[in-house]
Amino acid sequence: MTDALRTETRSPAAVEKGESLFRRRLSEFFESRSATFGLALLVLLLAAAIFAPWIAPQNPYDLAQLDIMDGKLPPGGASMDGRIHWLGTDEQGRDMLSAILYGLRISLFVAVVSTVAALSIGAAVGVLAAFKGGRVENFVMRAVDLQLSFPAILIALVLLAAFGRGVDKVIIALIVVQWAYYARTVRGSALVERNRDYIEAARCLALPKSRIVFRHLLPNCLPPLIVVATVQVAHAVALEATLSFLGVGVPVTEPSLGMLIKNGYDYLMSGKYWISTYPGVALVIAIVAINMVGDRLRDVLNPRLSK
Amino acid sequence: MLAYFIRRVAQALLTVAVMATIVFTAIYAVGNPVDILANPNADAKEMAEIAARLGLDRPLHEQFALFVWNALQGDLGRSFVFNEPALKLIVQRMPATLELAFVALVFSIVIGIPLGVWAGLKPDSFAGRTIMSGSILGFSLPNFWIGLMLILLFAVELRLLPSGGRGPTTSLFGLPVTFLTWEGLRHLLLPAFTLALYKAALVVRLARAGTREVVLQDYVRFARAKGVSPRRIVLVHVLKNIMIPVVTVLGLELGSMIAFAVVTETVFAYPGMGKLLIDSIGRLDRPVIVAYLMLVVVIFVVINLVVDLIYAALDPRVRLTESEA
Repeated sequence: MTDALRTETRSPAAVEKGESLFRRRLSEFFESRSATFGLALLVLLLAAAIFAPWIAPQNPYDLAQLDIMDGKLPPGGASMDGRIHWLGTDEQGRDMLSAILYGLRISLFVAVVSTVAALSIGAAVGVLAAFKGGRVENFVMRAVDLQLSFPAILIALVLLAAFGRGVDKVIIALIVVQWAYYARTVRGSALVERNRDYIEAARCLALPKSRIVFRHLLPNCLPPLIVVATVQVAHAVALEATLSFLGVGVPVTEPSLGMLIKNGYDYLMSGKYWISTYPGVALVIAIVAINMVGDRLRDVLNPRLSK
Repeated sequence: MLAYFIRRVAQALLTVAVMATIVFTAIYAVGNPVDILANPNADAKEMAEIAARLGLDRPLHEQFALFVWNALQGDLGRSFVFNEPALKLIVQRMPATLELAFVALVFSIVIGIPLGVWAGLKPDSFAGRTIMSGSILGFSLPNFWIGLMLILLFAVELRLLPSGGRGPTTSLFGLPVTFLTWEGLRHLLLPAFTLALYKAALVVRLARAGTREVVLQDYVRFARAKGVSPRRIVLVHVLKNIMIPVVTVLGLELGSMIAFAVVTETVFAYPGMGKLLIDSIGRLDRPVIVAYLMLVVVIFVVINLVVDLIYAALDPRVRLTESEA
């Protein structure tokens, strides 16, 4: 009995066992070819986004480098100074490839920051609600239910109609939209975990409550959370693009992929397809890559399948 | 049942009240519409006059009290821009949006059910797996971009369909509709298809899961043993049994289709209430924004309420577990 208790109290991430578990999951992940491909694609896109200022052919927002005479060149067209624009240029003579790399940077930045923040807030609130129970839980879950009964796009529109445009404002709107998903997910698993023996043991040891919640309860609720988070990053990318396309998202000075698509929208009718199409292709590749990774993570981290 | 009914209606009213407070404070607390409405050369006195005429000079809580008082009498304020009742502006555009949403609903069933049943009958075939990957794409790809690509293909390159707008209307039971004429249908086709894609992906999943379950049931086996043709088994036995969850979910999703029409209407320059919302956000036309949002909140709350009440009426366990909690 005492032995059992001891191993249980150590269990949260089961320190040395956790290492091998992590490695096993990792090798399981790479067994899927499409997931490996998706991850490689994702790493490539992230690298392109991070290093955009160094690898882009031009700085698309340095007006000195732009020449209106080079405007609306088709893909592969050469500008006045003889440079080839592989993906064409927009109406101000901006190289689309460079604009897309910079746009990807903003899109992924917004999505990742908002997801991480929403994850932290949602997980903390959800795990506290499950641990405290009673009125706190009731209140939190009512708020979650209320929010999830309305579509995300509508809530984001209300917030951005109130805040106005801005990268920071889009991030806040995306956090508000997303936290409820995490809170619900984490509460679901915390409700199961809080009755486990190791939590009981931790309570018997009179560990501080915050330590029980954040060091014992929360780490054991993480796997489903990771799955939800990858799916949500893809949603966040798409939602941000949609909001920016509607003209309530990022400002004109910091165009994300959605904004670029909006800019090209006016030229679509006259057959200048590349201004809208290529940023969209970049957006789609990013979303599909994230989904491929998320799909595999769901299989690998699903306890029902791994047993 | 009565106790459950009263509690559930009270909850719905509370939701509307909470949302009204949040929406009103969010929209009215920020920005100054006078800057946009006033003549650029207007001096401070003229600006103050405009603010006073619109009631914007009063403290926020007074504005809110006035809004609630008027709203209870069915008046959601006058548009700053059009100087007409906001509700009237929205109701004028509502048939267009509802028509779009309903046609999209029909599309999502017509596309989703056959594909879902096919994938459910042959889950491991190439076609089955392709359909499922397609449904993941339908879920995750940004809808507005698909709309743009459809415009590029069908309107710009092939010149088969108009790129946007709404066709000529004819009156059906007093409602202006366009789906009765060929020209109107042509205008509806692309936006409705775009709006339907996301729901079609959902229907594919539901139909596939349902089919996989139903084909294992005894009555399907019995029908097979009896020598009923596979065609009849699918069309009669399988289809009838998978429709229940599909219809339930689609009913619930009607509200979110109206909300999502905001995006589709903007892409296709379709004159519905979603387009009005986006235009109003750009013009800081607060009464119209608030009126639109309140209307949509009420639609959502009513749909949820009706579904819950029907469930409770059909299944006593729902209302019993609720009253214990």
